[in-house]
Amino acid sequence: MNHAVNEPRSYLDAPYGVASWLLTKDHKRIALLYLISITVFFLIGALFAAGIRAELMTPEGDLFTADMYNKLFTLHGVVMVFFFLIPSIPATLGNFLVPIMCGAKDLAFPKINLLSWYLYLIGATLTLGAVFMGGVDTGWTFYTPYSSMASNTNVTLAAVGVFIAGFSSILTGFNFVVTIHRMRAPGLTWFRMPLFLWAMYATSLVMILGTPVVAITLLMVGAEAALGFGIFDPRVGGDPVLFQHLFWFYSHPAVYIMILPGMGVISELVAAVSRKQIFGYSFVAYSSLAIAIIGFLVWGHHMFVSSQSIYAGLVFSIITMIVAVPSAVKTFNWTATLYRGSITWESPTYWVIGFIGLFLVGGLTGLFLGAMGLDVHLHDTYFVVAHFHYIMVGGGVMAFLGGVHFWWPKMTGRTYPETLGKISAVLVFVGFNLTFLPQFVVGYLGMPRRYHAYPEEFQILNVVSTGGASVLGIGYLLIIGYLVASMFKPRNATANPWGATGLEWDIPSPPTTFNFEIDPVVTEDAYNYAGRAQKTGDN
Amino acid sequence: MHPAHENHGGHHPMLQHHFFNMGQQLEASILGMWVFLVTEVMFFGGLFMAYLLYRTLYPAAWLAGSHELNEVLGGLNTVVLICSSLTMALAVRAAQVGARMAQIVNIILTMGFGTTFLVVKYYEYAAKFEHHLVPGAHFDPTREPAQQLYFSLYFMMTGIHALHMVVGLGIMAWILYGAWKGHFNAEYFAPVEIAGLYWHFVDIVWIFLFPLLYLIGKHQ
Amino acid sequence: MSHVSSKGLYYTIFISLIILTGVTVAIARVDLGAWNTPIALAVAAVKATLVILFFMGVRNNTPLTKVVAASGFLWLIILFGITMGDYLTRSWLGIPGR
Repeated sequence: MNHAVNEPRSYLDAPYGVASWLLTKDHKRIALLYLISITVFFLIGALFAAGIRAELMTPEGDLFTADMYNKLFTLHGVVMVFFFLIPSIPATLGNFLVPIMCGAKDLAFPKINLLSWYLYLIGATLTLGAVFMGGVDTGWTFYTPYSSMASNTNVTLAAVGVFIAGFSSILTGFNFVVTIHRMRAPGLTWFRMPLFLWAMYATSLVMILGTPVVAITLLMVGAEAALGFGIFDPRVGGDPVLFQHLFWFYSHPAVYIMILPGMGVISELVAAVSRKQIFGYSFVAYSSLAIAIIGFLVWGHHMFVSSQSIYAGLVFSIITMIVAVPSAVKTFNWTATLYRGSITWESPTYWVIGFIGLFLVGGLTGLFLGAMGLDVHLHDTYFVVAHFHYIMVGGGVMAFLGGVHFWWPKMTGRTYPETLGKISAVLVFVGFNLTFLPQFVVGYLGMPRRYHAYPEEFQILNVVSTGGASVLGIGYLLIIGYLVASMFKPRNATANPWGATGLEWDIPSPPTTFNFEIDPVVTEDAYNYAGRAQKTGDN
Repeated sequence: MHPAHENHGGHHPMLQHHFFNMGQQLEASILGMWVFLVTEVMFFGGLFMAYLLYRTLYPAAWLAGSHELNEVLGGLNTVVLICSSLTMALAVRAAQVGARMAQIVNIILTMGFGTTFLVVKYYEYAAKFEHHLVPGAHFDPTREPAQQLYFSLYFMMTGIHALHMVVGLGIMAWILYGAWKGHFNAEYFAPVEIAGLYWHFVDIVWIFLFPLLYLIGKHQ
Repeated sequence: MSHVSSKGLYYTIFISLIILTGVTVAIARVDLGAWNTPIALAVAAVKATLVILFFMGVRNNTPLTKVVAASGFLWLIILFGITMGDYLTRSWLGIPGR
């Protein structure tokens, strides 16, 4: 510190070196650490997906053995759900933006934030260890008795990995809740908050209330597998269906951990690309909370055919229809915002439009599956696979990439080639639909999920699906390519390249370590585009 | 606008850079601890769920299992934990009024009660091993199989609770160090306060475990 | 925020907790039929409430803390209620396995 620097430096420059990054307490640096780690796990998960799609090119199980195929889809699910989707938006964009949008210098507990990243790494390493020691073949749901009695692979190690990663997610949610409650700038009332904050708040509630239950459930499975404690073991009277109840008590709300942050991102982007106050702000804000709360009451729709009482099934089915309402409210409000907005066709716009279309299909097919009678036909078919990929990839990943494209200049101070941004959005959209639209059809025709062989009449649609997956893969690689390349160029981003509103656009790109040189005071509603236009018009 | 943002003059040495003042810092840590305790409630909640279901399905096994537990030791441990909660509350109070010696004495007493609890627990566990009541391959084969469920839950619930006690003792040692150095006073007592919240929570878990595990069908 | 309670209050709560422990042990020895467990749980809930309100100071805390403290228990009720709702209605149809 002997060189006198009066001007505060950007968070990327302030102390340099590996240790300064690995021991950082700066939420923005931790966001980048997370971004790098989840990208690595996304690529690993994609590799497993490529294996699955390659096997399904032909009806015969010729490329992999049945055992190997079981491991491929299990590891694809485990890695993508627990090590990519759940941390994707909260731990990267959320970590970066929550304090800035609150007008705070950092999250409430910076050391715990760093701890969360290390827990994620430890959990991920243990799970990868399970992969190298022979893999796991239970499916990402770890259903007993596959995971406790029938499995001779490395379930315990993988479950411990997921258990630890669960704590990293709890700590992230915990930090966000305290930050949003206690660290908001003067004047930033709840109903002036950007909708991304509302979405992160709702997501955090799910993380806090749900994740501990899956943690203790995995611990019970571990105790059963390792110590012979028979909590889910029918030989001593235990009930495997109890595992499913406990598991889905978390894992259904966890779907909302994956999609709510995406909804938050899209709410920001929709307002920015149409230069308009979001339509029905308070409805969008409350719908996030409604999704988080009602989302806890519907888990049994995963269990319609697993010996659950039909009366319980009936109730779950009805509540499932209700939880669709707040999602629909959001979708209507986004389209209403776009309607007669001054839409600029920049790359984030493409991701927004793509998201709305794909999320719509994913959401509506969810109603098919939530209808108890229809689910008997569709359960465990490719229809389910297509449905949740539309939500998680078509919704979650599209929103994540849209958010990355939108805030990339802010996070790194660099711009990427606009044309490539648009091309990649189109590639991902087209590739995604080619991959998963045929799966609705084969699923409805009766092709079950999780088999490495299938009847010949399904081959054409499966080949289309595999072909689409390659287009999707090229789209993703293109994005990684030009974003990484932009890091080697000089910093050329202005403070507010999109002309957007929000505290994050009032500070330099990239921000300084403590975000704000002067503590901000908020005097206007979020998305006050009309007010801004007037101000510039007056000048 | 927000009372937490009024800055009362100079900076306290324990004020972290990203907070406006000590009040905001204290409120944030207390809220944080409560949010953490909610996750703990849900964590134990999964075990209580399994307990509720299996007790409903296998009342006889629960009765037989509970009769193997030593009610006197369980009751003794309940009293010990309540005593530790009192000394913990007094330690927080001592920190709030800045009484250094009272902090030290009460924290040491709390640690003493905590250790007593764990020693008693050790003797209880040892007896279970002796009587072949640990689920798994060595479980007493003459017993009804569903009793394994009771003892699986007994060991997981009390085991995880005991683990929380061990962690609590670690936290107490750290608080004791701070109290010894005289760090805590009316301005800055958040660490004692949140350690206290944690300790009381562990006590509350035991308040439920005691009747649910030890006191089933004592009239029969 | 930093409300200091009197030592006397803490001793009163302590003595109440000890007495309630005695009560719960004593009641367990009386045959109340199906009511033994609910009463034992009620006594435990009173004890827990005393600890939460007084030892943990929720009584003097912000409304937010009260909501947070209550939310954990509310979510437990959701977990217990809905799961048991499945198990307890399974036999209603009178068809095994339905």
